[in-house]
Amino acid sequence: MSGSDATRTSARRRRWWAEVGWKYPLAALVIFYAAFPLAYVLSASLAPSGTLTGSTSLFREISGQNFTALGDTRFWQWAANSMVIGVSVVVGAVLMGAAAAYAFSRFRFTGRRLSLTSLLIVQMFPQMLAFIAIFLLLITLGSVVPALGLNSKIALVCVYLGGALGSNTFLMYGFFNTIPRELDEAAKIDGATHAQTYWTIILRLVTPILAVVALLTFVATFGDFILARVILTSEQNWTLAVGMYAWVSDQLNANWGLFAAGAVIASLPILALFLFLQKYIVGGLTAGSVKG
Amino acid sequence: MSTDTTAAPRESHARAWEGFGWGFAAKLVLMAAVNAVGLYVAWSAWDVEQWGVLVVSLALVAVADVVYFSRRRLAGKYIFPGLVFLLVFQVFTMAYTVYVATTNYGTGHNSTQDQAVDALLIQNERPVEGGATYPLTILISDDGPGFAVVGESGEVLAGTAEEPLAPVPGAAVDGERVTAVPGYDVVDLPTLLADTDLQQDVLELRVPVSEDADDGSFRTREGSRATVYASSLAWDEDVQTMTDTTTGTVYRADQDTGNFRADDGSTLPVGWRVGVGLDNFTKAFTDTNYSGPFWKITAWTFSFAFLTVASSFLLGLAIALLFNDTRIRGRAVMRTLFILPYAFPAFLSALLWRGMLNSNPDYGIINSLFFFGQRIEWLTDPTLAKLAILGVNLWLTFPYFFLVCTGALQSLPTDIEEAARIDGAGRWRQFRAITLPLLLISTTPLLIASFAFNFNNFVIIYMLTGGGPRFTDTSAPLGHTDILITMIYQISGVQGGSADYGLASALSIIVFIVVGAVSAVAFRRTRKHEEVL
Repeated sequence: MSGSDATRTSARRRRWWAEVGWKYPLAALVIFYAAFPLAYVLSASLAPSGTLTGSTSLFREISGQNFTALGDTRFWQWAANSMVIGVSVVVGAVLMGAAAAYAFSRFRFTGRRLSLTSLLIVQMFPQMLAFIAIFLLLITLGSVVPALGLNSKIALVCVYLGGALGSNTFLMYGFFNTIPRELDEAAKIDGATHAQTYWTIILRLVTPILAVVALLTFVATFGDFILARVILTSEQNWTLAVGMYAWVSDQLNANWGLFAAGAVIASLPILALFLFLQKYIVGGLTAGSVKG
Repeated sequence: MSTDTTAAPRESHARAWEGFGWGFAAKLVLMAAVNAVGLYVAWSAWDVEQWGVLVVSLALVAVADVVYFSRRRLAGKYIFPGLVFLLVFQVFTMAYTVYVATTNYGTGHNSTQDQAVDALLIQNERPVEGGATYPLTILISDDGPGFAVVGESGEVLAGTAEEPLAPVPGAAVDGERVTAVPGYDVVDLPTLLADTDLQQDVLELRVPVSEDADDGSFRTREGSRATVYASSLAWDEDVQTMTDTTTGTVYRADQDTGNFRADDGSTLPVGWRVGVGLDNFTKAFTDTNYSGPFWKITAWTFSFAFLTVASSFLLGLAIALLFNDTRIRGRAVMRTLFILPYAFPAFLSALLWRGMLNSNPDYGIINSLFFFGQRIEWLTDPTLAKLAILGVNLWLTFPYFFLVCTGALQSLPTDIEEAARIDGAGRWRQFRAITLPLLLISTTPLLIASFAFNFNNFVIIYMLTGGGPRFTDTSAPLGHTDILITMIYQISGVQGGSADYGLASALSIIVFIVVGAVSAVAFRRTRKHEEVL
C-alpha cells in the first residue's frame, strides 16, 4: 500500500519536474543572462578602482568613491540638461499630441482624412535621418535668433517636438476613439465649451495613454544621441548620452569607474518608471511600437 | 453632421460673453506672447536679410491669429501648435534633405559664388610689396577689436573686421598716432601685451580698406604698425575669371562643378554651391571610395536588422511560451527581472557592453569570466564585431518581444486550443497550426516596425563599435559594422572633418525610401486587421 503511494508520489514528482520544475533553473539562467551586466555595472560603480576590471568577484570592495568623484565632473550638469530637455519635450509632446488626437477624434472638418493620411506617411520617415538638413536649418535660424540655433537646448527641444505629432497622434487617436462620444455631448448640453470639455473631461479619461506617451517620449529623448550630438556643440550643454559617450569613447582615457557610477544614477529614474508603469507599457507597446 | 458648421441653437458662447473669463485672459496673454515672439523673429530676420525666415515667421503668426481669434476653425485650434513644429522641423527638413541631395553642398562648397570670391580674395592676401606702413592704434568696441590709423591727408580712419575703414570726425591725434576715437576705447601697448587672447584676436584681425574685398585690408604683425595687404588673386566679374597675379594662371568659373578651374585642371580651394542633379546618387554607387563600402554596408544593414528581429523574436517567444504557465510560481517577479535589459537605457547598455567586451581579459569581464581569460578581439575583428553587435542587441531586444508575446498569448481565445486538443492535435501541432498563426497576426506589425527601427539603430552601432574595424580598401572613415545611418553620419562631416552634405543627404534619401517602403507594408498589414482611419 505504502509502496504504491510512494511510487505515485514519485511519479507525480517526476511529472512535475518534467512539466514545471525544470523551468525554475531555466528562469534562473534567463535572469542571470538579463541581470548579469546590470549587477556588474553596479559592482563596478562601487569598486574603488577606476576600471571595469575583469575581476570575477563582484561586490568584493564597496566604496562610494566613484559617486563622490562625479561631483568633480560635469555629470550633474549633463543630468540636469537631460532632465530639462526630456521634461520639456514630454510636456510639449503630450499636450500637442493629445490636442491633435482630440481634434481628429471629435471634429469632422474638411481635410481631416487627408491630414490623417499625410500624418501617417510623414511619421514613417524617422526624423533623425534628416539630421543634416536640421543642422543646416539651425545654422540659418541661429543667424536670426541665436536661441534657436546650434548649441541651444531650446532649439533641440523644438526639433524633438517636430517629431512629436507624427509618432504620438495615432497612438492617442485610437485611445480617444474608445471614449464614448455621449460624454462630450452631455457636457455640451450642460453648456460646456469645447475647451472645457477637452480639459476637464476628455484629458482625465485618457490619462493611461498620456502616461504611456509621456514615458516613451521621455525614454526616446533621454536616449537620443545623434540629434543631441549634432546640435549641442559645447560641453556644458551636452546631455547624458553625449557626455557619457565622450567619457568612454576614448580607449586610452576611458574612465569606467565614473561611467559605472554615472550609469547607475542615470538609469535609476528610467528603471523605476518602467517597473511601475509595466502594465500600461505592455498595452502601449502593442498599440504602436516605439522602442525595440 | 459637421461640428464646425452647425449653428448652435442658442446664442454662441462668444456672443454671450459676460466679461473676462480666466480662459480668455490666458488665451490673450498666450497670443500676445506668440505675436511678440513671431514679430521679434521677423524683425531679426529682416536685420540679417534672411528673407525665408522672415516670410515664414510672419505667415505663421498671421495663421495663428486667424485660427485662434476666429470663432470657427475649432479643429485648427487643437492641431495648429503641433502642426507648426511638424512642418518646420520634420516636413521642411525632409524636403530640404531632398534639395541638399541635388547640390554639392559641403566643405569647399558652402555658399554662393560671391561669397566664395570674397573668401578667396581674403585668403590669398599678401603684404603689398614696397607698400607703406602706418603707426597703428588698437581699438576695442562692442563688436570686438579694431584699428585706427592716420590717413594720407591727415584724417583719422577707424574700422573693425565688419566695418571697413572710414573717416571718424572728432578723433584726437598725437603726432602720427591716434590717441582717442569716439565710440571706441583705445588699448595701450601694456594692456595688449598682458592680454594674450586679445593679442591673438589682433594678429588675426583684418580690417578691410573698403566694402570691396579686391581693395585689400590693413593687418598687423606686432600690434604697433599696420601694413596694407592686397590679394594675389584678381577677380574679373565680367568674364568670370580669377587671375593669380604672381603666376599669371587664369582660373575660370565652372558653373557645373562650382569651382574656379585653370586650363591644366587645377582648382582653387574655395568653391560654391551648385545643383548637381543626381550626381550624388551615382557617386554612392560608382565612386571608388564609396561604392565598395556602400554595397557591403547595405548588405550588413539588412542582415543586421533582419537577424536582430528574428533572433530576439524567437528568444522572446520561447521564453514567453515557457513561462506563460499558471503552474509556475512567482511569474510576476520573473517577468520584472526578465525585462530589466529593456528598461535600462539603450545607450548605457551599449557603452557598458563595450567595456565588458574589451579584448584584454584584465579589463573585459566577458573574456576573463566566460572565455578562460583568452584574448578574444570581440570589437576589432570584423566577424566577431558583427557577432558581438547581434549578441548585444539580442540582449537588449528580447525582453521587448517577451513582453509583446506574453501579452498576445494571454489574449488568445482558449476555446480554439481546446477544440484542437479534443480533435487529437499534439502539442507541437497545436502550436504550429493554431497558436503561432494567431500570434503572428498581432505581432507582425511590431516585427516590421522593429525591423524599421533597427535598420536605423544608430546608438547600438555607434556606441559599441563606432562602425569599426575600419575597411582597409577605402580612405572614407567607414568600417565593417557600419550601417547606413552611421555611414551617413560619418561622411556628413557634421562632427568636423571634411563634410559632404550632398552625398550624405542622397544616402539619407535612399534610407528614407527603404524605411518608407517597409513602413508602408507594415501599415497595409495593420489595416487589414483594424480600421485605422
